[in-house]
Amino acid sequence: MTTTADPAVTSPRSRAAERITLAHGGGGQLTDELFVSCILPRLGNRVLNELLDSAILPGTERTALTIDSYIVKPIKFPGGDIGRLSICGTVNDLAVCGAKPLGIALSLILTEGLERGVLDEILDSISATAREAGVRVVTGDTKVVGHGQGDGIYITTAGVGAIGASEVHPSSVRPGDVLIVSGTIADHGMAVMLAREMPQIQSVVRSDVAPLNKMIYRLLEQVAGVVFLRDPTRGGLAGVAADLAARTGLHVTLYEQDIPVRPETLHAADMLGIDPLDVANEGKVVVVVRPEAVDNAINALRAEKYGRDAQVIGVVGAEPDGVCELRTTMGGNRILQKPYGEQLPRIC
Amino acid sequence: MNFAAVLDVQDQTRDSLRRLRAAAEQLTESVRFMEICGTHTMSIFRCGLHSLLPPAVTLLSGPGCPVCVTSQGDIDQLIELARMPGMTLCTYGDMLRVIGSNGSLEQCRAEGADIRIVYSSLDAVRLAEAERNRQVVFAAVGFETTAPASAAAVLEAQRLQLKNFSILTSHKLIMPAMRALLESGDVRVDGFLCPGHVSVITGAAAFEPIVSQYHLPCIIAGFEGPQIAAALARLTELVAGGTPALENLYSQAVTEHGNQAAQLLIDRVFAHADWQWRGLGKLKDSGLALRPEFAQYDARLRFSPSAPTSREPSGCRCGDVITGRATPADCKLFGKTCTPVHALGPCMVSSEGTCQAWFKYHRVRTPRKVRAVS
Repeated sequence: MTTTADPAVTSPRSRAAERITLAHGGGGQLTDELFVSCILPRLGNRVLNELLDSAILPGTERTALTIDSYIVKPIKFPGGDIGRLSICGTVNDLAVCGAKPLGIALSLILTEGLERGVLDEILDSISATAREAGVRVVTGDTKVVGHGQGDGIYITTAGVGAIGASEVHPSSVRPGDVLIVSGTIADHGMAVMLAREMPQIQSVVRSDVAPLNKMIYRLLEQVAGVVFLRDPTRGGLAGVAADLAARTGLHVTLYEQDIPVRPETLHAADMLGIDPLDVANEGKVVVVVRPEAVDNAINALRAEKYGRDAQVIGVVGAEPDGVCELRTTMGGNRILQKPYGEQLPRIC
Repeated sequence: MNFAAVLDVQDQTRDSLRRLRAAAEQLTESVRFMEICGTHTMSIFRCGLHSLLPPAVTLLSGPGCPVCVTSQGDIDQLIELARMPGMTLCTYGDMLRVIGSNGSLEQCRAEGADIRIVYSSLDAVRLAEAERNRQVVFAAVGFETTAPASAAAVLEAQRLQLKNFSILTSHKLIMPAMRALLESGDVRVDGFLCPGHVSVITGAAAFEPIVSQYHLPCIIAGFEGPQIAAALARLTELVAGGTPALENLYSQAVTEHGNQAAQLLIDRVFAHADWQWRGLGKLKDSGLALRPEFAQYDARLRFSPSAPTSREPSGCRCGDVITGRATPADCKLFGKTCTPVHALGPCMVSSEGTCQAWFKYHRVRTPRKVRAVS
């Protein structure tokens, strides 16, 4: 959960009569607006207001807590399914806060009429992914809703994790730090969009959904100088980079030519008029490191199955403008902002 | 992008920009080129091309984004249809957020209307075939590019003898808009970057009158940044040399006479009609209405939505932006009450709209040196 309260997106008009649209759930500026205008005024507190991927709880041992709901359609897509997604999302949210998961709570909301075979497959996938990540589902709940009240299967997972010695927090970021991405971007979002909107197309684009916790712990253990981590899920790389600039108040520059994108993913995004920088990833992490730690971090990531394509993609500058800029391959520049909400394809 | 491809892009760009600057030095006054394709607009902003142009060359975004030129009356009619009981409205995604006189299709959907995003007009036909108890209306929007698909959908519905499929056509033709701009007298354009997709259908020759009658250069280009840069260099050279011409840099997709099968499809189903455009008013023979023999597939005839009015949001200058009379920054609403999150005008709604591209990518910044990364 991340937000930056951009005054341009919080117009003062009365909201009571407005309706929730799909775009409010898109993880972009409109989701931020919902937090700032609706949720934080009622539920805000010192821990929640930080809006990190996991809450860092006070206590003798520092603990991280996170929760996420998964409503992907279709529930099975090239490269993964809702079960794998529900474990990876929560495990990764803990990992980017430097926390090792102690246990996962799993809540299933099933729709009347769901085939048992489908449920079995999703649970098998949850089991396999949890095993891969080295975590256990330790408690759970199941509810069934009537026809028309749900859509197959919704999953909510919550995770509790123990925070190790490493301190990763946006407040540690300073000018000169370098941004690394652990691999190709936009694969998950494009794979799901193609599977949902164009099921007749046989595409080679596959979701990157993967548990990154082991890779991240090894990175934190082996490399001194990792200052901040974030997984670029909804809102994409643009969302993470723009958010980093806004939170630190510093100028963040990304280099388009260095950002890894698979040709087939780029092609799908081009076809639908979507910017790959705005598209969700479920198996990637953006790592901010001190300049002297770049080589070690890149080597550590590239030694991992899920980090083979890791690349340096940008730098944090000293200019205190809170702006994220993209230097394009052609040599031009443009501003990067968090996307609006639901991704809509173009028409012409 | 691999290393060789990056070098290729940068070499081509450097070469084009060198030519462009050399030609710009020969100009006696600054020039304004207009692109008339939403995908060009997006691509130009995404590759940061504005930041690479010399001060003497300005790029304007013309009436090339189909959402942006759709009149508010058409949006109102779509919303009215979507609210009718038993109705399913199928639309391309970008139309969802355009504000009519009374809300958008997105808000209408949140209130319970059955509005579905489709990627192809034929998806709407399939839906009508599968759900015969619902009336399915397809919002047929776009230029020559999407019109053949709408025509194909109507013919497919006829073949399937569907009684529950119709279209609300807002299809438009690009040439009447270009002529209207040039004849308005108050819009200065020195050359056109002609649309890639539209030209695939119409053929390059369709733009010949702009050269012969208005003596302006026209370059057809694809959508990659380097090709657009090459087109702008060529336009500047043609203006500097005083030799207007039509040239096609996108010959891998665009032929002299275009896709004649698609043209026949359009002609079989649609007839030219006087059409209302946002920002340009009513233009003679600028739209595509269904021919009388396809009247039963015309949602306007079948459901008689209220007659459209051409009222536009108060203070909105999308019309001036589309015609190059104003930049988004000249509009009082821009970036204040009109943002991508609360879009009032269609140019802010569409991802291809000039205002959204401007808002997203083009906040004014002074160029600065950025430290290179190894």
